[in-house]
Amino acid sequence: MESGEQKTIALLRVMQPAGQENGGKGCGSKGSKGKSSCGSSAGQGDLSPEIWEKVKNHPCYSEEAHHHYARMHVAVAPACNIQCNYCNRKYDCSNESRPGVVSERLTPEQAAKKVLAVASTIPQMTVLGIAGPGDPLANPEKTFRTFELVAKTAPDIKLCLSTNGLMLPDYVDRIAAMNIDHVTITINMIDPKVGAKIYPWVFYNHNRYTGVEAAQILSERQLLGLEMLTARGILCKVNSVMIPGINDHHLVAVNKAVKSRGAFLHNIMPLISAPEHGTFFGLNGQPGPTAQELKLLQDSCEGEMNMMRHCRQCRADAVGLLGEDRSAEFSTEKVMAMEVDYDLASRQAYQEKVEVKRQAVVAARNVELATLAGERSDISILIAVATKGGGRINEHFGHAKEFQIYEVSTAGSKFVGHRRVDLYCEGGYAEEDSLETVVRAINDCHAVFVARIGGCPCEGLKAAGIEPVDRFALEYIEQSAIAYFREYLERVRSGEVEHQQRGDADIRQGALIA
Amino acid sequence: MAYKIKESTCVGCSACHDQCPNHAIVEKNFVLSIDPTKCTECIGFFSEPQCVAICPIPRTIHINPDVPRFQMAV
Repeated sequence: MESGEQKTIALLRVMQPAGQENGGKGCGSKGSKGKSSCGSSAGQGDLSPEIWEKVKNHPCYSEEAHHHYARMHVAVAPACNIQCNYCNRKYDCSNESRPGVVSERLTPEQAAKKVLAVASTIPQMTVLGIAGPGDPLANPEKTFRTFELVAKTAPDIKLCLSTNGLMLPDYVDRIAAMNIDHVTITINMIDPKVGAKIYPWVFYNHNRYTGVEAAQILSERQLLGLEMLTARGILCKVNSVMIPGINDHHLVAVNKAVKSRGAFLHNIMPLISAPEHGTFFGLNGQPGPTAQELKLLQDSCEGEMNMMRHCRQCRADAVGLLGEDRSAEFSTEKVMAMEVDYDLASRQAYQEKVEVKRQAVVAARNVELATLAGERSDISILIAVATKGGGRINEHFGHAKEFQIYEVSTAGSKFVGHRRVDLYCEGGYAEEDSLETVVRAINDCHAVFVARIGGCPCEGLKAAGIEPVDRFALEYIEQSAIAYFREYLERVRSGEVEHQQRGDADIRQGALIA
Repeated sequence: MAYKIKESTCVGCSACHDQCPNHAIVEKNFVLSIDPTKCTECIGFFSEPQCVAICPIPRTIHINPDVPRFQMAV
């Protein structure tokens, strides 16, 4: 195997265009300069060991980790100090989550118990985040009390915080003191004139500010907070909501500005704005981006810094792997009734097994990647995948609530996004327009990988130009994607199929209230 | 001499609770209410009433029609 590995490394170096760095084992996906967002070999790529330690099992900071590790949020922070045009305050904060979701609110003590309950039931849960339902730093006592309790009773769990940044400079000291080493700030603009279209008001220093003045204050405070955090070595992710016509082009400048202030990861998320959510943008017909618009923007920022593509815009009380939702198992009522025994050793033992599985996924991909060695082509395709997690194609087409999207080319495979869909198959029978919804959601894909699929959707997909593929059932996603792509290239070269560009797709349709 | 929280539109975010200089706002089971005997309409403290300024739902915190307006002692 050794010489095979060396051959792979040598070939990957040859495949990299000049000027791109490569840790030697990177998957070398286009445009990413070997950054870990694409999940290179052990995912480390060119990250320093200290940083890799912090992110390698955080499902939001490492795309590769999100197939294996889980996180949870506790909704202890209901108050907010600003108003965004994409947020309806009846629901959770839309800076990380999607409109229409109401999280169950908890006191810090209830939250601490919930963390122990989840950590014991889901040993691969490695991160506790406080993200809402409002802004954590508008509820500092509740937020920090929760972190204090968790740090005491579950010391191996990473602490994570998400904020609009308005009050951030005032709390950096406290954040550092609590060993919170992941912070997300939502930065949608660095130009207050753009900001005035996004933020109707900001409550700061005992006054409500509006217009450009409000956005100016918010922007200064956010950027200052970011600088202060990175100066202390705290890993900062920046979330940005992409709002076509308002900040879509501007986000390129935001990307550069946050990179220069030391942000580690940039998560550009699509605006979600159905009228049923009752947000200002929703009620006034401000659309979100299409899949292509979003991908183009993310691709154009990729060269500057790590881009996060796998955000699920989850609930402020989310529990589980990013693609699943186990929050119902851990309602406050259920949690308070549970007897919980926190066993650190058994959690660590479980996580060691998860690491072994994770390495196996990576190894399988690299083996397959070697078979592409020497291939050159401009062709790239998108593949949709139905999965329950673990990096395998292990979900039935009709049961998938989301499809993961992978981009494959001669450089390898890369996770580039996900699409939420209505459940196609409810109660054993399918609905006509559910298939249409799925087709619109994955319309830009050449194929969809599933563990199983019924005959009827099969026909519908083929008619739409999407090949349903179940021959890789239960196998590794990326390994299969690369194998499929190699075959695809052969079919194109032999003239059996003509490669055609696919059309655009809808990231999300309708007002899913879940 | 007081503001009042309209129960039907209040979302229970409790943002107002921490801003009141008179500690006049009480929270019970995620429902907020203002004690009219303690509210000074922020007169003597701030240029705008704080609860109104931070409340995210328009027209939810309004002048309480059932009590006289606050007058600073002369």
